Amino acid sequence: MSQVKQITRDGLWQNNPALVQLLGLCPLLAVSNTVANSLGLGLVTLVVLTLSNLLVSSLRGQLNSATRLPAQILIIATFVTCADILLQSYWYELHQRIGLFVALIVTNCTLLARAESFASRHPIRLATLDGFMMGLGFLLVLILLGGVREVLGQGTLLADMHLLFGDSARAWKISLGTPGILLAVLPPGAFITFGCLIAARNWLAQRDETSPTNAAKASNTPLIHRE
Amino acid sequence: MKLDTQRIMLNVLLALVPGVSALAYFFGAGIIVNIVVAGVTAVTTEALILRARNRSLNTLRDGSALLTAVLLALALPPLLPLWMLVAGTAFAIIFGKQLYGGLGHNPFNPAMVGYAALIISFPLAMSSWPALGEPIAFWDILITKAMPNSGIDAVSGATALDVLKFRGALTIDETWTADQGFGHMAGVGWEWINAGFLIGGIYLLATRTITAMAPFGMLIALTVCAVLFYDSGSSQSLGSPLFHLFSGATMVGAFFIVTDPVSSPDSAMGLWIFGLGVGMITFLIRAIGAYPDGLAFAVLLMNALVPLIDHLRLRRT
Repeated sequence: MSQVKQITRDGLWQNNPALVQLLGLCPLLAVSNTVANSLGLGLVTLVVLTLSNLLVSSLRGQLNSATRLPAQILIIATFVTCADILLQSYWYELHQRIGLFVALIVTNCTLLARAESFASRHPIRLATLDGFMMGLGFLLVLILLGGVREVLGQGTLLADMHLLFGDSARAWKISLGTPGILLAVLPPGAFITFGCLIAARNWLAQRDETSPTNAAKASNTPLIHRE
Repeated sequence: MKLDTQRIMLNVLLALVPGVSALAYFFGAGIIVNIVVAGVTAVTTEALILRARNRSLNTLRDGSALLTAVLLALALPPLLPLWMLVAGTAFAIIFGKQLYGGLGHNPFNPAMVGYAALIISFPLAMSSWPALGEPIAFWDILITKAMPNSGIDAVSGATALDVLKFRGALTIDETWTADQGFGHMAGVGWEWINAGFLIGGIYLLATRTITAMAPFGMLIALTVCAVLFYDSGSSQSLGSPLFHLFSGATMVGAFFIVTDPVSSPDSAMGLWIFGLGVGMITFLIRAIGAYPDGLAFAVLLMNALVPLIDHLRLRRT
């Protein structure tokens, strides 16, 4: 399997930062009560992760083992600060809702883990792709979680999308007419829904491995081991 | 072992009869509908999950799913919409019990898991108990439960615990005269319901189906707390000890919930600690919490402490 394919597969499925590595759960669980919030935080994380991987990788020749970690954190913090300020000026209402967790992206272990274990050891092209795919994997899980919780908790889907896409997006809201189950919106609901998602992923992965056609594919060890 | 569990479960179900009869007498056939629907849901859900886990369906015969369903159902308002009832029961069986590995492996009391999920999800529907002494036709009950928006308007009356909590600046005596539903000790109906469960509890103690440590611990803690804060019935009073012993879920909790052998400690001293903790937290939530009764959360919180209590390696029973 080519490296590009392997990196894509790792980020989205095999080594998914949320479902497999269980990293960055604090923002994941806190923000995922609607699709709009999930999409907002997921996109910011995706952009920051891609850019920080790019920069860390391009500086990897200049850094030694003593300066590497501080430099990586500084790079991540810089991008997060930029994202935070941009969000404040262009998507103020959204920032009011998820702003706290945008600042907390600095402490999202996924970013440092990718910078340290992948970007600082791989060429720019692969490192950027890895950042993008890991970010995309995180984003997809966030959206899925947000969607399930929004449907169960509020009986709507795509509500408040105008926070991201302007007033024309108000019409995207789908009201399903189902009664809201408050538990799904609250933190325990986040844990329970997320647990179910992990279980579903493990079940699918297990089924994949045991089916004979895929046995060969699955035996390929992932390019990057979890550290 | 299997037969033993089955015998215990049947004994417990038998002991529930007086309390359930009292509930049905005061609140109508909705209670019975709840129990039947919850029972069917629980057994069906358990069977489906056992099939999915490739386990033998024989364990269904131990009756534990049925007991969970009954304990959950009799804590629910008689006019609760059917789908909430079904969802809550299924949640209790799946998330409270089977996901942990089935009977004997669940750290939390499944019935209380179901109750907590329901009260958190649907606080309004879960706290509307119908007014006493206004019988509703059986047909109307079914329609209201099946189609929550088209049935009769709920004739809701506050439970005695609510009356006490939201009485404003009245003293206990004034509350008794102001509110006809407040009864002799703990609210019309509720005192008889609790007496019914007490009778069942005494039967269970007499037949040695349950041990006395946890129930007595809980009742003692509740009584002591109530005595400390009774304040001789002033406007600040949190209710008399008798009131607390005979209202809400006290008796059913003491003899049927905290006595669950799976989710309680395994030493005598542990059981005392467990019971005392449940009693104190129940009182605390009744006194300053926002929910109508505190038993479910008290039990769940103490369930979470059971591994710690067991870890103290106290003398085993």
